[in-house]
Amino acid sequence: MPLPDLMLILPLILGIAAAMLVACLKPASAAPVGAATAAVSFVIYLGLAGGDPASASFWAVPSLDIAGGLRLDGLAALFALLITGIGTLVLLYAGSYLKGDPRLTRLIVLLLVFMVAMLGSVTANDVITLFIFWELTSLTSFFLVAYDHEKLEARKAALQALLITGGGGLALLAGLILVAIAAGTTSLTGIIAAREAVLAHPAAVPAMLLVILGAFTKSAQFPFHFWLPNAMAAPTPVSAYLHSATMVKLGIYLLARFNPVYGSEALWQDLLTWTGLLTALTGAVLAFRETDLKRVLAYTTVTALGTLTMLLGLAPELSAMAAVTFLTVHALYKAALFLTAGILDHETGTRDASALGGLRGVMPWTAAAAVLAALSMAGLPPFLGFVGKEIVYEAAVAADGGAGLVVLGAFLVNTAGVAIAGLLGWRIFFGARPKTPKAPHDPPIAMLAGPVVLASLGLLAGLAPSLLGGWLLDGAAAAILGFPPTTYLALWHGFTPILALSAVTVLLGAVLTLLWPRLMRGLQATRRLDRFGPANGYEAALAGIIRTADATTAAVQHGSLRGYMQVLLLVAALGPLAVLVARGGIAWPADAVLDPRALAFGLIAAGAVATAVAIGTFAAVMALGLVGFGAAVVFLTFGAPDVALTQFTVEVLLVVMLATVLIRLPIHGRDSRTTRQRTGDAGIAVVAGASVTLLLLAVLASPFDPRLGVWFGENSMPGGYGQNVVNVILVDFRALDTLGEIAVLAIAAFAVIALLRGAARPLRRGN
Amino acid sequence: MPASFILRVAAPLLLWVPLLVSFYLLVRGHNAPGGGFVGGLVAASGLVFFAIARGETAAIAVMRLSPASWCGVGLLLGAGSGVLALFDPASGYLTHRWWFPDLPVKLPLNTAFIFDIGVYLVVIGTITAMFFALVAED
Repeated sequence: MPLPDLMLILPLILGIAAAMLVACLKPASAAPVGAATAAVSFVIYLGLAGGDPASASFWAVPSLDIAGGLRLDGLAALFALLITGIGTLVLLYAGSYLKGDPRLTRLIVLLLVFMVAMLGSVTANDVITLFIFWELTSLTSFFLVAYDHEKLEARKAALQALLITGGGGLALLAGLILVAIAAGTTSLTGIIAAREAVLAHPAAVPAMLLVILGAFTKSAQFPFHFWLPNAMAAPTPVSAYLHSATMVKLGIYLLARFNPVYGSEALWQDLLTWTGLLTALTGAVLAFRETDLKRVLAYTTVTALGTLTMLLGLAPELSAMAAVTFLTVHALYKAALFLTAGILDHETGTRDASALGGLRGVMPWTAAAAVLAALSMAGLPPFLGFVGKEIVYEAAVAADGGAGLVVLGAFLVNTAGVAIAGLLGWRIFFGARPKTPKAPHDPPIAMLAGPVVLASLGLLAGLAPSLLGGWLLDGAAAAILGFPPTTYLALWHGFTPILALSAVTVLLGAVLTLLWPRLMRGLQATRRLDRFGPANGYEAALAGIIRTADATTAAVQHGSLRGYMQVLLLVAALGPLAVLVARGGIAWPADAVLDPRALAFGLIAAGAVATAVAIGTFAAVMALGLVGFGAAVVFLTFGAPDVALTQFTVEVLLVVMLATVLIRLPIHGRDSRTTRQRTGDAGIAVVAGASVTLLLLAVLASPFDPRLGVWFGENSMPGGYGQNVVNVILVDFRALDTLGEIAVLAIAAFAVIALLRGAARPLRRGN
Repeated sequence: MPASFILRVAAPLLLWVPLLVSFYLLVRGHNAPGGGFVGGLVAASGLVFFAIARGETAAIAVMRLSPASWCGVGLLLGAGSGVLALFDPASGYLTHRWWFPDLPVKLPLNTAFIFDIGVYLVVIGTITAMFFALVAED
């Protein structure tokens, strides 16, 4: 494998190897090893980023025309650097945050697997690889949210996140398959190249909607936004990593990836713009009524995700640049703020925003990091946030069609952002200091490193945005657009109307910060409206599924053995009969000859009649055995000694076993059915018999094709070295079938053991 | 319902008859009526008869291993018999190998027979497992 190819897959292999290694290590060394792995991967991507896109294929299913591979272009490099860079800091932080927790090792292992899944998703060059890693992020997210699995709240949140993102994943799978069929290839570059064919396909619109649905559920767009705040039940490092910086942006990544295909479609633009705007506004309003710092941050994340979706919906090339810039800005300041919120929770014992204040004196480093991050969030110069906000405004102003509304929406969303930044950076660290459950002080360096590094990066990148732009963001925007962008990033654009808009935004946001306690209490009244919200719809749907399942089980699993038998027999008899009649297959054999050997059938008929009229169960079992022996005689006379031998043995065993069981059962003597029930059963028997008879007649009426028999007869000796054709077929020609059959036999034996052993013990009720 | 004294005494002796017959059926199966499946059924009916006469605990003692283990060993033999073919790139899994060594007696060595033994063991295991579970005394 050439070196660049190896470099593409090395971070994934390293991550999995580190996860296995960590599982064997002591908890104390788990986090440093994990962080070192992420750091090495970061360096690898640093070396690969900025150059020409690199790609390599690693696996293939030629029969399905799938070639799986990885590719690192500008967009993938941006995401990969964010994932590994923030991953390094978060892993380091987690080791200190959960020091002494016996489950720390598990958390680090899951975080590493999650990191690999994210890297796989963003560097995948085909839709199949993309989807597999995409699902892996949902699964690891489930386990990470349910980290405190003793808590009901955590379990519910984990299940909710899994059901919503997993359901979206199913839609995505269907969408991706449709797109791949239309394009004739599973490769992402191939799909983008085959844009015309994808758009011209009859199922183009459903495919697009399914892909959008997958992205919207993953990135918590309205009306699926509610799972993200609930996922805050996870430990803070998980929230910072999964639910702000990386996983929730995977939906944005997917939309960006498919933008070259769908970007000029009106439906795509409208859906993205307006859903994004609605999501952003919903998140902004709901953020104000929360006091839990993590939930406040979660709603601002929803706002940011909405803004990103909106930007991708705005057509011109400016918006692509705005999207990648804002994505980077947000990842830096939001991860820093989440980690700071975790520090506050850890050191003061509370993360209630209304109970915190004046912490600047006791936690100077934490305060510095939080203030820097908040200033970037508020979009003040010279932070990268300012650059980001300016370009978002520029993109909104340049939008055509409903531009006024978009600008107004962007203005409101940005104002809310400033206000929340004020809450997080100013209210908590300045002013009077209320008493907290624990005496706070700055945390150890491992926890401080994350927020300080990320917040400082926001400042440094803001001072020289064109460096970041030329090296990384231009390439990412090019991947979204399908051609290189002509705009460039700058801190200072001169005195423009946009700058005035920014100034008004900051002023209004500052006023809202001062009014926050009142605003928060005022919005509490809206909680009464929550029962009309989508979260309630989710609960109702879940309860409905359980009710339906209960009703179905009660109707089908009624517990009457006779009822089960009746349904089984009727379905088995009427199903083939219906097909036979509908297809006009009822026929009578043309040359019916009566063979004297057929007299053996008399034995079967006698056995059947005897079974039906037998008094008592023993007699019925014996008579049933007669039917089997009759069948064996038929096989024997028609030249199938092998089958006859087996039939005799099976029949003996059946009668012996049935008789042995019957002796032990408390039912003796006569049939307990009423005449009415017996008549019904007789009717079912006649239907079943008639169905089989008609089927057999139809089979006999069609010409017999002897090719298989002849082939096996000729090849049994030279191919399988055996004269018994039946045995040669069983052990050689169709050996795989036989292997499957004996596996089924063994499984049936295990099931019987489990069932009957279980039945011997009294049932334990409840769960 | 305890079996008669005569049956209980005769059972160990009589058990040999179906076991020998079943082995004969297994070995001749490739060229004449018989084979692993029917051989297994005959052996299992012998063991079922023994369990009726002396109880399932005694029958399991004769079998040495639990019926589930018989199934497992059989599955392993069946699945393992095809592995050898994987070393030959021209043939697929479960393509059986044959050797005819130069000996005074005719002795065809082959993996198809190992596969058949696998079937034989699984059938014995399944039938006895079901029967013992049905008549379990606890």
